[in-house]
Amino acid sequence: MHDAHAEHAHAPHLRHHFETVEQQREASSFGMWLFLLTEIMFFGGLFTAYLIYRNWYYPAFVVGSHQLSIFLGTFNTAVLICSSFTMAMGVHASELRKRKELVGWLVATLVLGSVFLGVKAIEYHEKWEKHHVPGLNFSVQEFTHPSDKYKEEPPLPMDMAQKTQVYFSLYFAMTGMHALHMIIGVSILLVLIAKAWAGHYTTGHMTTIENFGLYWHFVDIVWIFLFPLLYLISRHQ
Amino acid sequence: MSTATIVKLPPQETASLPKRSYLNNEYGLKSWLLTGDHKRIAILYLISITFFFFIGGAMAGLIRLELLTPQSDLMAMDTYNKVFTMHGIIMVFLFLVPSVPATIGNFLIPIMVGAKDLAFPKINLLSWYLYIFAGCFTLAALILGGVDTGWTFTTPLSTHYLNTHVITAGLGIFIAGFSSIFTGLNFIVTIHRMRAPGMTWFRLPLFCWSNYAASILMVLGTPVLAITLVLVVLERAIGIGVFDPAKGGDPLLFQHLFWFYSHPAVYIMILPGMGVISEVISTFSRKRVFGYTAVAFSSVAIAVFGFFVWAHHMFIMGVSNYSALVFSLLTMLVAVPSAIKIFNWAATLYKGSITFETPMLYAFGFMGLFTIGGLTGVFLGSLGMDIHLTETYFIVAHFHFVMVGGMLMAFLSGIHFWWPKMTGRMYPEGLSKLAALTTFIGFNLTFFPQFIVGYLGMPRRYASYPPEFQVMNVLSTAGATVLGVGYLLPMLYLTWSLKYGKIAGSNPWQATGLEWQIQSPPLTENFVETPIVDHEAYDYEWLAHQTEHEVQTVG
Amino acid sequence: MHFISPVLWQFLVNWLTHFALFPPEASGIAPYTDALYFFLVLISLVGLAIVALLIGLFSVLYRKERNPEATQIEGSTLLEATWTIIPLALFMVTFVWGALLYFRIYNPPTNAMNIYVVGKQWMWKAEHPGGQHEINALHVPINRPVQLTMISQDVFHSFSIPAFRVKREVIPGRYTTVWFTATQTGTYHIFCTQYCGTLHSQMIGEVVAMSPDEYERWTAGSTSGASLAQNGERLFASLGCGSCHSGTADSHGPSLAQVYGNKLQMANGSFVTVDDAFLRDTILNPTMHQVAGYAPIMPTYQGQISEEGLIDLVEYIKNLNSNYRVQQTLNTSQVQTTAPAAAGTGVVKQ
Repeated sequence: MHDAHAEHAHAPHLRHHFETVEQQREASSFGMWLFLLTEIMFFGGLFTAYLIYRNWYYPAFVVGSHQLSIFLGTFNTAVLICSSFTMAMGVHASELRKRKELVGWLVATLVLGSVFLGVKAIEYHEKWEKHHVPGLNFSVQEFTHPSDKYKEEPPLPMDMAQKTQVYFSLYFAMTGMHALHMIIGVSILLVLIAKAWAGHYTTGHMTTIENFGLYWHFVDIVWIFLFPLLYLISRHQ
Repeated sequence: MSTATIVKLPPQETASLPKRSYLNNEYGLKSWLLTGDHKRIAILYLISITFFFFIGGAMAGLIRLELLTPQSDLMAMDTYNKVFTMHGIIMVFLFLVPSVPATIGNFLIPIMVGAKDLAFPKINLLSWYLYIFAGCFTLAALILGGVDTGWTFTTPLSTHYLNTHVITAGLGIFIAGFSSIFTGLNFIVTIHRMRAPGMTWFRLPLFCWSNYAASILMVLGTPVLAITLVLVVLERAIGIGVFDPAKGGDPLLFQHLFWFYSHPAVYIMILPGMGVISEVISTFSRKRVFGYTAVAFSSVAIAVFGFFVWAHHMFIMGVSNYSALVFSLLTMLVAVPSAIKIFNWAATLYKGSITFETPMLYAFGFMGLFTIGGLTGVFLGSLGMDIHLTETYFIVAHFHFVMVGGMLMAFLSGIHFWWPKMTGRMYPEGLSKLAALTTFIGFNLTFFPQFIVGYLGMPRRYASYPPEFQVMNVLSTAGATVLGVGYLLPMLYLTWSLKYGKIAGSNPWQATGLEWQIQSPPLTENFVETPIVDHEAYDYEWLAHQTEHEVQTVG
Repeated sequence: MHFISPVLWQFLVNWLTHFALFPPEASGIAPYTDALYFFLVLISLVGLAIVALLIGLFSVLYRKERNPEATQIEGSTLLEATWTIIPLALFMVTFVWGALLYFRIYNPPTNAMNIYVVGKQWMWKAEHPGGQHEINALHVPINRPVQLTMISQDVFHSFSIPAFRVKREVIPGRYTTVWFTATQTGTYHIFCTQYCGTLHSQMIGEVVAMSPDEYERWTAGSTSGASLAQNGERLFASLGCGSCHSGTADSHGPSLAQVYGNKLQMANGSFVTVDDAFLRDTILNPTMHQVAGYAPIMPTYQGQISEEGLIDLVEYIKNLNSNYRVQQTLNTSQVQTTAPAAAGTGVVKQ
């Protein structure tokens, strides 16, 4: 009779189609890295569009970029970097089989991720108020006749002012796509927290936490690229 | 045609299907709809893509009926536009892209590498559900009134000048893209990490190499389509102006982004078919594929080069002369590995011991028709020639030769070849040969006239045309009728064979490959014991030794 | 032949009178395109024959009854090299030949006569410099190079004349050009070959290639009065362009006389050759084309001017070149100076 598993201790989390835990872990990790590669290609399309249009309409991009709050952007960047730290600590806790610590770190990551999303919502709302949402209520008034807050900005001629709509289109597409990935991450985190509390990830099998960590770090890195490209165009203060 | 055959079946009076297999392991709808078994998922896919093939085929029938007469008299022009759009969308995204990978690949790749399942069975099931979800979106777009952008979604037509269900269709394809990505991801990890002991890369069947190359394309290319569709949907829904010249956007950017996926997509479609051909030619000439390494590497070369030729779809759109030169040169280079494969397959026949069962007939059909289709691709890659030929029926003929004459024939070849493995039963050989012949004749009659009418200048996507093109169109429609019969026959006799087909046994073709060393249909876990591989692929001497010593397990 | 059914007879007659494998070779470049096609068909037939022969021959020689035992052969590097290098060489010949043909079709000679084409859903509007307007038709003289400068008002279209073997995408937002020399009088199809919506298959027309005399008669008979350049002059005035582009030494904008076809230095230091596309884009997006030495104060005319209006302005500016004027006089028609309905002489005064 077959006894494929009898040669080694049958760990409870070993899926039956894998021969060893090692194989399972390596396959999961490889799969996650591949998935992240697809995400790079996904965002790559947006970055390509950004590079082309920034090259063509640089003055519009400068002025558009200055409309973003550098304070909120920096704050959000710091929040995300911290959340990557808390996530890494969570992976560490999982390795050390410390259940309560793991849950703590995951919750911290969740909170920081939510703060990020909250700040993003504030920023989007501000854009709506200022009529900078392309297609829906876009107005170039601010760029042809800058208000007092932006009086250092040179007023743009109408044709270049029209191009700011391209900048904001890319702003919303890129940060929106990023925010969508954050929302997905946060949702998965909720599930992971529940399962971590039940002890699933402190048995020595931490592949799930590791792989989620990879995803979270990736979303963080995308932001690290988005922040300077969108917020920091020609800021010489 | 010779009457010799390689088929060796167990004695039919005493033979029966194995008591336990993946088909009767568990019963009930839930056991199928919540399965993790790659074989069951393959069958789910097979049923689904056949369903969509019928719908896409019906669309094709409507197109050909309309084109019987020069006037647009069968349906309104808007309706015709919707019909050819749905034909393209369904055939490309819901049939051709998943055809071999999601059915034959899903079924066989774990077995071929010696594993019990793919690396991620749940992702595999998710992939199927995403496919169904995508299919529902597409059907919704169809039923709610259709979409008439053409399968290429050209902006600004699709974003600002149509009021059909573009968003629904776009979202449907977006979801289908993720189905494809997950399949490819699964294959790559499986082939890398789950090969049985002794199964080195260069002992893998060439079918695995082809699917591996196609999976790389799926994983790297499809996300770009996804983001492009997202931008089109956003532009339509809320009016962002990334592709709108009135807002500073560039519609040519859409073309670049779209074709960056859609060209590799054609290699996603053809490479798995080429993998099937390698297996079939080898089995029915009793020979190792000539130049195994060359064929394996040519698959990877096609995948790599395939990423660098996309702008050959844009030669007349105003790309700079220099980029036109570069892309034309690369297009010529990407044609070479395909030529290498054709010659290697032909050389495999040399000093073989050839029989002409149905899979082999389809494989021969593939070789001839793909040669024509591929060479006409060279016509189109040649810049000055492309000016006259692009956007005409020459293009339509070209891609149908490679996709239908090539890929679909390879799919049918594979279905017939592995049918005994998947179901435990043989299909009726006489009828299947008739169907293969009918398909071949019908295909040529349908699509060869399109080369002629294309050179004469008849444009694509025309509901009405000048009367001097009618004769060719009538021939084409006549051929389509024959072709339809050729496709209908397998549906009928394959279904019939499920109950009445001869019992196949584990290795009716006496083929090499791990899948033929296990029972038909296979057990859920594929192998009773993990196989240890100590021989090369296509090792017919090893096989002869095996048969002598009756090491195979039965039932 | 009364015993053959009428339907079948009609079919045969249609076939015999209309059956052609190629469109008529009605332009200078058509024979070259056909030559490349013949070459490609030839190598395809040879390639197909080789493959079919190998399959057929081996199937017969090595069928199971005749050769029950297969001989295992690993491969042959020599063969691999052969069937890699020979196809590659043939494809390279195809590449070079095709590239040369492409450059010929898309690079017009300098003495080409210009006709503007505006595509819109679902018609083609052609405008001759002398002011002749056509819809879904194009009258051209034979044996004279004609350049089409094209743009779309809405979606992608594609202008195709199979008999001339030329085709070019017609895009919103930028000009595309193609040229040809008609060599055979007659009427040939114009097709739109880029799917553009409901009436895509009806966006067709006819190009009428005429002898030079007939062409002159046609231009005389169909001029609407003002040439494109004259329309442009009117627009130039009504849009107030002259207030900055007055041609005086202290003008706010660069002088437009002699500017067409010459190199201009931009504010960022680069040099640009002034062509139709440059002129059009500067009128619409002046901020992207700031000329060195001038303040960036030109307003945009986006939304205030149609594609036809832009063509008129471009023609007007082209006519400010004395060279160009002379050329156009030679090229388009002497008839312009004698056109009865023409206001003025059709030659723009400085």
